[in-house]
Amino acid sequence: MRTVIFRTVAPYLTSLMVLFSIFVLLRGHNEPGGGFIGGLIAASAFAIYGIACGVAPVRRAIYFHPMAISAFGLFMSSIAGMISLPLSVPFMTGNWMQLSFFGVDIDLSSVLIFDIGVYFVVVGAITSIALALEERDRD
Amino acid sequence: MAALDGMTIIALGLPFIAALVAPALVRRLGHNAAWVLALFPFFVFVRFLEFLPEVSAGSAITGGFQWVPSYNVSFSWFIDGLSLIFALLISGIGTLIVFYTGGYLKGHAQLGRFYSFIFLFMGAMLGLVISDSFLMLFVYWELTSITSFLLIGFDHGREASRRSALQALVVTGLGGLSLMAGLLVVWNITGVTQLSLLVNLGDEVRASPFYLMALILLLGGAFTKSAQFPFHFWLPNAMEAPTPVSAYLHSATMVKAGVYLVMRMNPAFGDTVAWETILPVFGGTTLIVGSLLAIRQTDLKLMLAYTTVSSLGLMVMMTGFGSEHAAAAGVLYLIAHSMFKGAFFMLAGNIDHEAGTRDITKLGGLRKLMPISFLAAMAAAFSMGGLPPFFGFLSKEEIYYGLWHADPWSIFMTVVAIVGNGLMFVVGFAIAIKPFLGREVKTPKHAHEAPLLMWIGPATLATGGLLAAVFSPIFHQYVSSPMVSAVSGEAEEVTISLVPHIGMPLLLSLVTIVFAVLVYLKVDSARSAIAATLTAIGWGPDKGFDQFVSGMVRLSRRVTKIAQPGQLDIYMTVTFAAVAVTLLAPMIIFDELPAMPAWPADAEIHELAVILIAFIGLGAVIAAKDRLTAIVSLGIQGFAVALIFMLFGAPDLSFTQFMVETLSVVILALVMTRLRLTLSDHRPTGQKIGDATVAIACGAGFMLYLLAVTEVPFRSYLSDFFIAYSKVIAHGANVVNVIIVDFRGTDTLGEIAVVMVTGLAILSLIRVRPGWKPGMLAENDPDAPTEEKK
Amino acid sequence: MEALFSVLVGALFAVSIYLFLSKHIIRVLMGVAILGNAVNLLIFTNGRLLREVPPVIAADEYTLQQAAANPLPQALILTAIVISFSFFAFLLVLGYRAFQELETDDTDEMRVAEPADEEAPPLGY
Repeated sequence: MRTVIFRTVAPYLTSLMVLFSIFVLLRGHNEPGGGFIGGLIAASAFAIYGIACGVAPVRRAIYFHPMAISAFGLFMSSIAGMISLPLSVPFMTGNWMQLSFFGVDIDLSSVLIFDIGVYFVVVGAITSIALALEERDRD
Repeated sequence: MAALDGMTIIALGLPFIAALVAPALVRRLGHNAAWVLALFPFFVFVRFLEFLPEVSAGSAITGGFQWVPSYNVSFSWFIDGLSLIFALLISGIGTLIVFYTGGYLKGHAQLGRFYSFIFLFMGAMLGLVISDSFLMLFVYWELTSITSFLLIGFDHGREASRRSALQALVVTGLGGLSLMAGLLVVWNITGVTQLSLLVNLGDEVRASPFYLMALILLLGGAFTKSAQFPFHFWLPNAMEAPTPVSAYLHSATMVKAGVYLVMRMNPAFGDTVAWETILPVFGGTTLIVGSLLAIRQTDLKLMLAYTTVSSLGLMVMMTGFGSEHAAAAGVLYLIAHSMFKGAFFMLAGNIDHEAGTRDITKLGGLRKLMPISFLAAMAAAFSMGGLPPFFGFLSKEEIYYGLWHADPWSIFMTVVAIVGNGLMFVVGFAIAIKPFLGREVKTPKHAHEAPLLMWIGPATLATGGLLAAVFSPIFHQYVSSPMVSAVSGEAEEVTISLVPHIGMPLLLSLVTIVFAVLVYLKVDSARSAIAATLTAIGWGPDKGFDQFVSGMVRLSRRVTKIAQPGQLDIYMTVTFAAVAVTLLAPMIIFDELPAMPAWPADAEIHELAVILIAFIGLGAVIAAKDRLTAIVSLGIQGFAVALIFMLFGAPDLSFTQFMVETLSVVILALVMTRLRLTLSDHRPTGQKIGDATVAIACGAGFMLYLLAVTEVPFRSYLSDFFIAYSKVIAHGANVVNVIIVDFRGTDTLGEIAVVMVTGLAILSLIRVRPGWKPGMLAENDPDAPTEEKK
Repeated sequence: MEALFSVLVGALFAVSIYLFLSKHIIRVLMGVAILGNAVNLLIFTNGRLLREVPPVIAADEYTLQQAAANPLPQALILTAIVISFSFFAFLLVLGYRAFQELETDDTDEMRVAEPADEEAPPLGY
């Protein structure tokens, strides 16, 4: 699989896919997309990078251990649920805040934070699985 | 329901508190902790003593609170004469036992644990005798069985201990189930769940067609607990427990729980032919069998154990006999027995402790060395033998008062009582005379008097037997009469005293004594005769228990071998066959098969093509002979499903499915290239056909189920709710995403937690291997310095 | 259309269960992968089918104005897909590690937990 073409293209392809995954994640609330899909896209991107260039560069590129990313995502999602605590509403109630930038309304919400948490969990867990399987060559 | 009485609650909870603090106290004070710990039961004793005037005046003390109000289950107590005397015996003898334990197990490493168990038992037993509600009675009843199990198995290093503990638990546990069933039947008959209400409903109970059923079930509980023949075998085996346990549980208190139950049920169940036949017959048999077996023994504790069996038989017999004085005789004998048998057991422990053996043939001449023990033993033997001026005499006189009537049945039971009493007389005096009088025999240990902690108990009990008889009018007024009234269900007065009363009972007592003396002189030949008879029979319930247990083990092994053969494909086949039956059978039986659907005229050609591709992919997966084909065809069916989602308005799903299929194919390829596995199907054709049948049946089941479901109109109110509120309250246009992250957010949180845990599990599966060394972790760690250099 | 889907779902179940009944872990694993699809499609069809219109509300509306696909089964399935994938991966690695340790892929020979020649239980106490 490690052909020269594939190896040359893979880093660009990966960055494009990660970028796209973030796009899919953020638009998820109003268009098809969301944390699960975005996470899977990013995880596939890392898997492709791993197949093309080996596991070590991927691990360097994402810097954190994939499971740490996953755990961070779970933490973030839980926090998003707990935002409702000081506001005296039940756990996981969506809370909204509207910001205006140059006449464009942006909805910021605990739901968005939750979805980003989902994204991280899926990216972390599945990248970890894929990388762990890919690097089995070395044992 | 009366007001909640805090002091009584505390008294009920105190033993449990003592169980908690006992180990710590023993660690600090050693065996001297006995002096502190005895305060707990003593407080309980005093607390119950305060009730005595009120109860002896004829009223009962009730209290408690609603436990599970919705099911009308209460935690309530009902203290009448019967309960109160039992509570006093439990806490009073309990205090003495706490002293005694301190001396007997002095220096034992597990003394603290022992105290804990004893106090647990004490709490359970107290709860049992004052329980008003059926449920509470049952819970405490089982708790006494469990604590008895723990105490018998206290010395769990020995197999004999473990066997006895298990045997006691099995026998009394089965009895407990029988008791529960009986209580449920009673509940059904009367509609009440409280003992205090039940005693007034005797006519209703006796008239019910379920009377006999309830009676037999309840007696099943009582007879196992009180070791009535043929369930008597566990009690002698329970002598494996340390002597304080034998003295406390297996003579003075727990084994009397069955007698308590019988006495408690007497007002409601008594006075019928069944009651007055079953109880005397079983009680009488137990009396004779127990006393004969007692004669045979030479071990002090076993002799006492078998006489306990026969005494329990006598109590049951008297309770069920039904004549005027019979119930009173049972009560008096119960009180007397608790005192003299508790004393006897502690004395047997003293002899064992000081002389080093319990074998009666190896003991003699201890009188000078252990004078206090000797005096206490003589007092206990006088009481057991029914000689004045001890309380046992009063109870024996009352027994003959109750039994003696001029009809064949009464005469027969009188003879039974005389034989049983006579044999117990023999055993009692054998224990009191043989080790103490006669020539001094060299014992394993050089004997001397037991320490204060160990003789205070038996001495108190023996003195108690004397005082109760001498001051019998006061004793009767406060103790015997209230208890007898509770048992018979109407106010009764006990009048028997030490003052000589010439009549038939005194004559029968004399007959008993003469019979006993005759047997005593021939005791050795009697012993060998009984032993020879038992050897000739060669089978007993004790042996039967062993056969039962090993039979159960073999049976369960056989069942396990059938149900758990250890082959995955058999489990799978059974599971899926069950699935197929579950799906298909109801549809066929209730004739709910879906109608034959029409060909979907609106199906577009590209939709048909995608579905066809899915079918082709499935076919190829089964037929695949090599890895590549298998992986590719697996991918084909997956992508076809993704396309289907796309075509039917689910772009989110389609996207996800595409990504997942890609990743599945990738990791499957990664693993498969490393596994040199043959993909071909090795199953023989016959098995293939069987498997295919199960699989097709399942598939058909799901298909028919789905057809049936989609035939009925769709109720969309749930989906309508989400569609209606998605934008309005959740500010999201993509309804699917809004459901995932907002409406069902907590659900999703759980799901991503699962995803993360699988990730962790996979990582650890790959990392953990037999040859793993700590350094290998660094290989996978991006932050490790070695990784940076690469 | 639902009828056609029912047949497809039935076929997916039948194939996956046929693979499940095999003695070879790799075939069982493929059965696991297909079973996920079968269940997902079953739920999907249960919510009825509607072509091509995803349940997305237009920017200037507050609710869906025209008939669209049922969003509820989609939400259920979306998470199910991801979870069934992670379990598939877990089972795959489990099977792989079992193969490494036991050097067999035949479930009949994987008898660590329930050995065929298990000794009789002791008859003592």
